[in-house]
Amino acid sequence: MQLDARIPSGPIEAAWDKARFNMKLVNPANKRKHSIIVVGSGLAGASAAATLGELGYRVSCFCFQDSPRRAHSIAAQGGINAAKNYQNDGDSIYRLFYDTVKGGDFRSREANVYRLAQISVNIIDQCVAQGVPFAREYGGTLTNRSFGGAQVSRTFYARGQTGQQLLLGAYQALERQVQAGTVTMYPRTEMLDLIVIDDHARGIVTRNLVTGEIDTHLADAVILGTGGYGNVYYLSTNAKGSNVTAIWRAHKKGALFANPCFTQIHPTCIPVSGDYQSKLTLMSESLRNDGRIWVPRKKGDKRAPDEIPEEDRDYYLERRYPSFGNLVPRDVASRNAKYVCDEGRGVGETGLGVYLDFADAIQRLGRKAIEDRYGNLFEMYQRITDEDPYKVPMRIYPAIHYTMGGLWVDYYLMSTIPGLFVVGEANFSDHGANRLGASALMQGLSDGYFIVPYTVGDYLATNKLERVDESHFEIRNAVACVEQTVQKLLSIKGRRTVDSFHRELGKIVWEYCGMSRTAQGLENAIQQIRQLRDEYWQNVNVPGSGEDFNQSLEKAGRVADFFELAELMCIDALERNESCGGHFREEYQTAEGEAQRDDDNYSYVAAWGYRGYGNPPDLVKEPLDFEYVHPAQRSYK
Amino acid sequence: MRLTLKIWRQQTRSASGKFVTYSVDNVNSDMSMLECLDVLNEQLIENGDDPVAFEHDCREGICGSCGFMINGIAHGPLPATTVCQLTMRHFRDGQELVLEPWRAKAFPLIKDLVVDRRSFDRIIAAGGYISVSTGSAPDGNAILVPKESADRAMDAAACIGCGACVAACPNASAALFTGAKIAHLGILPQGKPERDIRAIRMVTQMNAEGFGGCTNIGECIGVCPKEIPLEVIAAMNRDYFRGSWRERDNVVTTLRPFTEWSTGSKLKVDPHSGN
Ligand SMILES: Cc1cc2nc3c(=O)[nH]c(=O)nc-3n(C[C@H](O)[C@H](O)[C@H](O)COP(=O)(O)OP(=O)(O)OC[C@H]3O[C@@H](n4cnc5c(N)ncnc54)[C@H](O)[C@@H]3O)c2cc1C
Ligand code: SF4
Ligand code: FES
Repeated sequence: MQLDARIPSGPIEAAWDKARFNMKLVNPANKRKHSIIVVGSGLAGASAAATLGELGYRVSCFCFQDSPRRAHSIAAQGGINAAKNYQNDGDSIYRLFYDTVKGGDFRSREANVYRLAQISVNIIDQCVAQGVPFAREYGGTLTNRSFGGAQVSRTFYARGQTGQQLLLGAYQALERQVQAGTVTMYPRTEMLDLIVIDDHARGIVTRNLVTGEIDTHLADAVILGTGGYGNVYYLSTNAKGSNVTAIWRAHKKGALFANPCFTQIHPTCIPVSGDYQSKLTLMSESLRNDGRIWVPRKKGDKRAPDEIPEEDRDYYLERRYPSFGNLVPRDVASRNAKYVCDEGRGVGETGLGVYLDFADAIQRLGRKAIEDRYGNLFEMYQRITDEDPYKVPMRIYPAIHYTMGGLWVDYYLMSTIPGLFVVGEANFSDHGANRLGASALMQGLSDGYFIVPYTVGDYLATNKLERVDESHFEIRNAVACVEQTVQKLLSIKGRRTVDSFHRELGKIVWEYCGMSRTAQGLENAIQQIRQLRDEYWQNVNVPGSGEDFNQSLEKAGRVADFFELAELMCIDALERNESCGGHFREEYQTAEGEAQRDDDNYSYVAAWGYRGYGNPPDLVKEPLDFEYVHPAQRSYK
Repeated sequence: MRLTLKIWRQQTRSASGKFVTYSVDNVNSDMSMLECLDVLNEQLIENGDDPVAFEHDCREGICGSCGFMINGIAHGPLPATTVCQLTMRHFRDGQELVLEPWRAKAFPLIKDLVVDRRSFDRIIAAGGYISVSTGSAPDGNAILVPKESADRAMDAAACIGCGACVAACPNASAALFTGAKIAHLGILPQGKPERDIRAIRMVTQMNAEGFGGCTNIGECIGVCPKEIPLEVIAAMNRDYFRGSWRERDNVVTTLRPFTEWSTGSKLKVDPHSGN
């Protein structure tokens, strides 16, 4: 199989214009005749569904929560990037493009990233017009902050609730279309399979989470905006319901899965406190703008932080990376936290933590300024830990946060199954091996508001689709498969709960396919995952029945998919004999302990094809060319 | 520590429900209320019982999924805190906690502590937006917004749609929720053109859903996890009255307040068949 990313030829600045010009349009009067399914109501899904509804298509939108407004995007705190250059500090589309390609450690597609940077400016305009209450200057203009290692201030934010406000903007646009009758919303409805007929995506199989009914929904195109798969690690900063099921089942139906091992560990989360822990809480990395990260210089120094004098502290990021200091990219910050903890210099009861200290900032700027900037984050920290960060330094530790991998898509955001489009965190597209802060919201909205509404139109205008009805054998097959899986899970009635398996799986993946990886560890992990998966299918206990509201059953299906994904992540990590971005293979590092890429051999997207459980997956490579930003060793020294 | 949990158990909307008492022994003071229920549910499943259904997703107080009454108080005793963020250090060893779902006609029960809040979505669909289609926006700085307005809009926009305000209100009124959106959009210059009609549509839908009327008791603000101020209700009333006059020739339709979940293959209920 050959992958064709369909990147427009010619200069990168004109690529998107050219692509749009060459697209076929659907006659406005005909739009009403086309039905489109959007799975997911996060930033990517809701913006896509709303925009397609505005254009006049018949849209059905699905989410598993009780309301589209609750999608995991709601939790994003820090902000959204855009190359507006409102601060006149030298930003430009080209600079955002450059930073994103470099930040992704040269494992993303230049043309996609350039388009993302171009569209970023429209996103802000759109959101402002919708009433998103972005932070303002006294003069009434929009304000910005610098975020996650950027040397310009291009991040727009709404207090510490940027994701919430952007999502509510998209949700309101979506509800406006519900009212207008163009979008039908199906909350509490989970997609459990993709329907593929004559090699084209034609619908989905769903389970109604209240009544247990298995239904089919048919359409001319299917868009997945189902978010990331960070919960494969069990403990993550993702919402509890975030899962891989929709894209995994599409993968099993033929969509290639790209770079599954590219996962992002976020450096500033609240450390784990006990076995009962159900999720990890992120502290926005904007905190690194003013907080200083340190650990004691000596091993096992158990003094309280305020008793440790300056000369006994090691501000290790400032020491090792004098020009970026505490603002180095996430992967670098996370790995360094792991190193100092591995050396035995970690803080807190478990030794798995480092200090993030605001004492200097409070002294310099005053408590009020810090309160204005981070008040709600400080409060959240105190609520969880019972410690006051205005007085005692915060304790933080890395946690899994984002997944760069996802279904492979071409420039048009279409997967390898014609008619199946993938948007937002669910696709692999724009962040390479590492995502920069405040760029996921940008990507989700760019995909949903400004890209997929065009490219789906082009697909509909250029493909003649036969009518299908529910008696088609592919549809009956898909339904039967889903019913079988549900029945199987319910019938095992073993001795272990779904959560106990999930927790154990998460530990394996975190240990061997987390912050740093080795060939031996990965091989070991694959064995352990297989064993645990076998046990799962014999010994899991899913109480209740399939005919009603059954949260254990929901989880059980998701965890079953996480097992298979986890194995693929390890296979991918094992295959990639280099270190890049969030993928750090201990065997491949520079003398100074930095990630060492191997551009001669690994400058490609690894896209995997499913060949049945137990069979080794197919690897298809999409080579990456860098015409504009020349690969160099990332240096933040 | 050890806690006694008295929890409302009800299999379906039509089944009858009752309180069942459980004891949880290994409660850690750092765990959240929901993690405490996780521990209980693991025990229940291991003993072959049906775990307690409760809604949750983000577990950081922002998605608005979670919520139930603890000893008669929506989201429990700690102000400005959702149950997912409520840590057990706020309870005493040996204490009994009574957990009940939100009770309101417009929030029909689904199971145990889980209720149906689609009525909130319909209130937003009725007019809780600015009508601007993708691609038609001017530059973000073309319309200046005074910092103070942006801040006040943000205060109102912080609502997470949890429904605690309704649960706490003796009238089961949704005025705080509805007012929050009306205030958020009405304060901003971008939201001014539709201010009148927005208030009328949203209030009309709210009334059609079977929420009670607001009699200014103020229980809602005591439980609101996002501390939405009572003044948003005043803003709603003001916009509604003014709008009722200015838009008196406008016929307002509502979405049908359906509470069914079963869809067959298609959504059988046409939401547009309301009046
Ligand atoms: C704590 C936190 C903070 C963050 N902060 C920032 C930030 O400051 N800036 C930034 O740029 N990014 C941030 N991110 C990342 C960013 O929030 C996400 O990458 C982004 O919101 C993902 O959006 P999405 O639309 O792709 O998916 P989601 O928002 O995850 O939405 C997924 C949707 O799919 C639905 N769904 C999933 N599976 C199914 C299924 N099988 N059937 C039916 N429906 C399904 C869900 O119901 C939901 O509606 C943060 C992430 C976290 C965890
Ligand atoms: S107003 Fe407050 S209590 Fe009511 S739904 Fe919004 S956040 Fe919840
Ligand atoms: S689970 Fe999201 S607010 Fe509590």
